[in-house]
Amino acid sequence: MSKGPAWRICLIVAFLFLSLLYLTPTLFAKLPSWWQGILPQDKIHLGLDLQGGIHLVMEVETLKAVEGALDIIATDLEDTMNSKNIRFRSSSRVGSDRVAVVLYDRGTSETVQKLLKEKYPRMELLPAAEEGGFISLSMRLSEQESQNIRDKSVQQALETIRNRIDQFGVSEPVIAREGTDHIVVQLPGIKDPKRAIELIGKTARLEFKLVDENMNPSVASAGTIPEEDEILYEKKVDPTTGSVTEIPYVLKRKTLITGDLLTDAQVRIDSQFNQPYVAIEFNSLGARLFDQITAANVGKRFAIVLDNTIYSAPVIRERISGGSAQISGSFTEKEASDLAIVLRAGALPAPVKIVQNVTVGPSLGQDSINKGLIAGLVGVILVVLFMTFYYRLSGLVANFGMVLNIIFLMGALAALGATLTLPGIAAIVLLIGMSVDSNVLIFERVREELRLGKTPKAALDSGYEKAFLTIMDSHVTTLITAAVLFQFGTGPVKGFAVSLSLGIIINLFTSLIGTKVIFDYFLGTGRAKRISI
Amino acid sequence: MQIIKKTNIDFIGKKKISFIISAVVAVIGIVGIIQIARGAANMGIDFTGGTSLQLKFDKPIPMEDARRALLKNGLETSLQEIKEGNKLLIKVGKANVPLGKVATTVEDVFKKEFPGNAFVVESSTEIGPAIGDKLRKDTLFAIVVSMIGIIIYIAWRFDFKFGVAAAIATLHDVFAMIAVFYLLHREINLLFITAVLTIAGYSLTDTVVVFDRIRENLRKQTKETMPVIFNRSINEVLSRTIITALTTLLASLSLLFFGGEVIHDFALALVVGILVGIYSSVFVASPLVAVWESRGQSGNA
Repeated sequence: MSKGPAWRICLIVAFLFLSLLYLTPTLFAKLPSWWQGILPQDKIHLGLDLQGGIHLVMEVETLKAVEGALDIIATDLEDTMNSKNIRFRSSSRVGSDRVAVVLYDRGTSETVQKLLKEKYPRMELLPAAEEGGFISLSMRLSEQESQNIRDKSVQQALETIRNRIDQFGVSEPVIAREGTDHIVVQLPGIKDPKRAIELIGKTARLEFKLVDENMNPSVASAGTIPEEDEILYEKKVDPTTGSVTEIPYVLKRKTLITGDLLTDAQVRIDSQFNQPYVAIEFNSLGARLFDQITAANVGKRFAIVLDNTIYSAPVIRERISGGSAQISGSFTEKEASDLAIVLRAGALPAPVKIVQNVTVGPSLGQDSINKGLIAGLVGVILVVLFMTFYYRLSGLVANFGMVLNIIFLMGALAALGATLTLPGIAAIVLLIGMSVDSNVLIFERVREELRLGKTPKAALDSGYEKAFLTIMDSHVTTLITAAVLFQFGTGPVKGFAVSLSLGIIINLFTSLIGTKVIFDYFLGTGRAKRISI
Repeated sequence: MQIIKKTNIDFIGKKKISFIISAVVAVIGIVGIIQIARGAANMGIDFTGGTSLQLKFDKPIPMEDARRALLKNGLETSLQEIKEGNKLLIKVGKANVPLGKVATTVEDVFKKEFPGNAFVVESSTEIGPAIGDKLRKDTLFAIVVSMIGIIIYIAWRFDFKFGVAAAIATLHDVFAMIAVFYLLHREINLLFITAVLTIAGYSLTDTVVVFDRIRENLRKQTKETMPVIFNRSINEVLSRTIITALTTLLASLSLLFFGGEVIHDFALALVVGILVGIYSSVFVASPLVAVWESRGQSGNA
């Protein structure tokens, strides 16, 4: 016997051992304690379509982040000019790339220009323009700066969403950036998808604004209120009927305190009304601001606004020092706890829009696994019966190669940490049929050679040899399309491509080397008179 | 055991009939592609954007009642019933409700209109139009890239004529799969495209087997004419063409019958593709090369 088979057998046994080693965590729910350590721990990852869960693709509205940044500059500028006693008509954002200051006379223009250059060196100062007797000074945000802000906003949104999900408590979430402004979130095995989506997608911009007590909200409209006011609504939900009523408020547009200044938010239960509320703590700057504002506005109402909806607008009874406050409103305990989470995790730098949402219930996932297993089992039985019937003992050898192929493939999936999806299972079932193909090609060739009167050993050798190129070709063409599928596919399709490509590569090995070993073993001496094929 | 004994079928001689059949299939396939491009075919929401839900009810639910209830609430839907387990597949194309609210709206309609029949949401998918657009472009790109890859490989392994014939046979399979799905009004979605690309790669196996044998026989330098050599080659490898396809067909059939509703259409596409693949390697790819080679021969003579 030649040296060949020895190392081939070693290789097969080694691969078999490795595959089973990597498959052990998947096959046995409980591993013995001595298994810990360097031995593989991971089960085969199941895709969301198999274990249930949600797959979200969100688009961060990055333009809003840029506009927000410009709004802050405009307000900041307003404060600075006020503090320096510079007279100006307005300071506001124009479009989505500039901030304009409108002044009354040329004299102040010089001073303001100097101020702008000093304070915002990274913005481009445009030449002053006269508009109907006023002087308008504009600063433009460069394309690159704008890009920076966008980029940072996506990064920040990603961090915030990760924080929220961590606090919500989901095992093995995937949170990743995709492309320039997309964020992909995968939450496997989640029970209440709606609540999770609500929690992730909420911008959660918390603002404190004073109510304009001089205006009557019931008659106010966008045209009749002063420019520095705005109308926002408080939503009241009737706990028994579930109907929603909207109560209008006229607020001062200026935001006095934002959610950035919070250090903590916790759910508490009001002992008097048995109603949940959210207790918030400010940092030192927030506490000082809160103290000053409440001291100066006793008797007025202070509105707590989240994402442009008023939660409550309590009257300031007295100066509040110490930096704590509470947000009450008509919400359930779950809603209160989610509100606390988003306040703790911070606001998203820009609103996000859900562009894709795939939710799979856990029952469907389990159902798919079961049916996939049955289909696979039936496929194996059919192919095994056919091959045994048609090629007899040689068919059995091909079947052995096929089973080896499937075990190696599963082992490889586990070892590489690849994700198994339903189309991935379909690929494995398909491979059951495809993996015996190579052996069919070989066997048919062997039969042909036998008809030419060759000895079994010679027929077998030339069968393997002559079929080799054909087998190579057919594998490469399938691999080409599988690679393309892998490149462009997402989620389930990628799972299909992974299983298929791995299976095809492994199949080359099992059909050319795996089955050959057995034949060589039995026909090795070359004395065999007959071959069962 | 042998299913196919030594055969001597004149495959090349039947090229007139087979070319006509293939031309008809290809035309239907092209019509299907045009309809797909126009958005007139039964497209999956992964390409068009929209919402789909799979609901499992406690009791059977008449499809007409469900459709009427949804329409009453301003939702134009296409429904599909899965008999096993009282399941309903609901696809909402365009609705006057913003994306993200459609699924909830559908659920609310069923809660309101069928209060005595509880249900669970087995799956729901919402896809924005921008994603659909991107996916359509990506898919087209993927199909073109795989075709080019296959042509280059076959052209390199054999020669240009074989490469082109193999590519035409592959395209033929793709058209035929689209034609069948279009005529059956099955959904064209990402999984279908996956099946098409898989078959595009797999059906080449049979073509390669036949081509290999043709090339081997051409090298033997006999005095036979092209059609005779081609016919003999096809007949010689006919049994393996059929058996390799058969084993894969067995696996695909078990997927079709036992794999469950999610994978059902995908398996159907595979079954169709495998059958068409056998036909095309025998009746399309080889005759094409034969015709081309004979022309070259008579031209040289």
